[in-house]
Amino acid sequence: MDSIADIGGMHGFGTVTREPPDAPPFDQPWQKRAFGMALLSMRVSGTNLEAFRHALERLDPVQYFGEGYFGRWLHCAERLLLDSSILAPGAVEARARALRGEDVEEPGTPEPARPDYQPTAAGSTREVDHEPRFGVGDRVRARRFGTPRHSRLPRYVRGASGTVERVQPAHVLPETHAHFEGENPEHVYKVAFSSVALWGEDAEPFTLTVDLWESYLEEDAA
Amino acid sequence: MTITDDHVPISLRTAALEQLLTERELVDPSLLDRFISMYENDVGPMNGAKVVARAWTDPEYRARLLEDGTAAIGELGFKGPQGEVIEVVENTGDVHNVVVCTLCSCYPWPILGLPPGWYKDPAYRSRMAREPRTLLAEMGLELADDVELRVHDSSSEVRYMVLPQRPAGTDDLSEEELAALVTRDAMVGVAVVAPPS
Repeated sequence: MDSIADIGGMHGFGTVTREPPDAPPFDQPWQKRAFGMALLSMRVSGTNLEAFRHALERLDPVQYFGEGYFGRWLHCAERLLLDSSILAPGAVEARARALRGEDVEEPGTPEPARPDYQPTAAGSTREVDHEPRFGVGDRVRARRFGTPRHSRLPRYVRGASGTVERVQPAHVLPETHAHFEGENPEHVYKVAFSSVALWGEDAEPFTLTVDLWESYLEEDAA
Repeated sequence: MTITDDHVPISLRTAALEQLLTERELVDPSLLDRFISMYENDVGPMNGAKVVARAWTDPEYRARLLEDGTAAIGELGFKGPQGEVIEVVENTGDVHNVVVCTLCSCYPWPILGLPPGWYKDPAYRSRMAREPRTLLAEMGLELADDVELRVHDSSSEVRYMVLPQRPAGTDDLSEEELAALVTRDAMVGVAVVAPPS
């Protein structure tokens, strides 16, 4: 998805804020509970990690950035629970208002509608029985495609040419797995791009590697 | 597009969701407590530091670590969520590696714990893919022009850890003493390991 989550290379976010090196992973108590519930939300909603990431992509910019990392995780958990009809629309807001003493009518409990899907194994890596299309050293180009589905092809790499550096373990395909339409595992390649290929002649000198699914790539004929 | 502005503070929203799920027995609060405690107390950069110290003192372990990071890290007992595949990239005098996740904040939890705030900062995620030398300098790491810089964007389930360079003057240190020198920042690649003071 060409989403608010895909921010590699964007301008305008300012300088990095650094906390002390020994800062704890949570700086507010609610973040701990949001973290735990986000992890459990996948199981409760009968979904998967790719669906969770797609929920991140579907947040609006305020939900995405407004309360930071654990805020977006909480919104994602809610989104998955709504999608699977574990929660009724408006249920969380209504309960929150009730908790602060408002007199609100809370929606009833809906009939759950979890996706009809079972993973073939734990995790996201799988065996595939055909040979990888590309080998180490091959020149490849990231395809120029955008999809409203879940995707792990960052915008900044599309259309750029690079070199296959490593064949990674095969992975389920985000574009279908996040939507419970099959695992469709593909080979994944670590592809190295020069900074000039990504950002032009004036780029700082560096090499960027990014892991790309086979269907994100085509041969670089040039 | 509708920009959500529900006027419910996030802390209250979190409490409401937990209450809704708990009263229907969909979530066990004691399980939440265990998850939280695990990442507050048991899983963190001290794990990765042990991996680094072992690699610095055992050349065969180092070779295994660079060949198959997941297996070599598993030898020390570190595995779990966000550790399905771990690749270790080695910093040398000529090459410096740094890790980012531009699409979310993927991070090797079993060896580094949950990511620090700066790693999740949109400024880090956006700029590390575009102007990493400038960003590293802002974060306190000036790289020489002749050092090759390699940025790893964690877009798949492969997680990356940097094996930092062992600092000079540490020949007499034990593995445990070496591990105490290794920082989270050095294992992400935004710092180097300083010699003992």
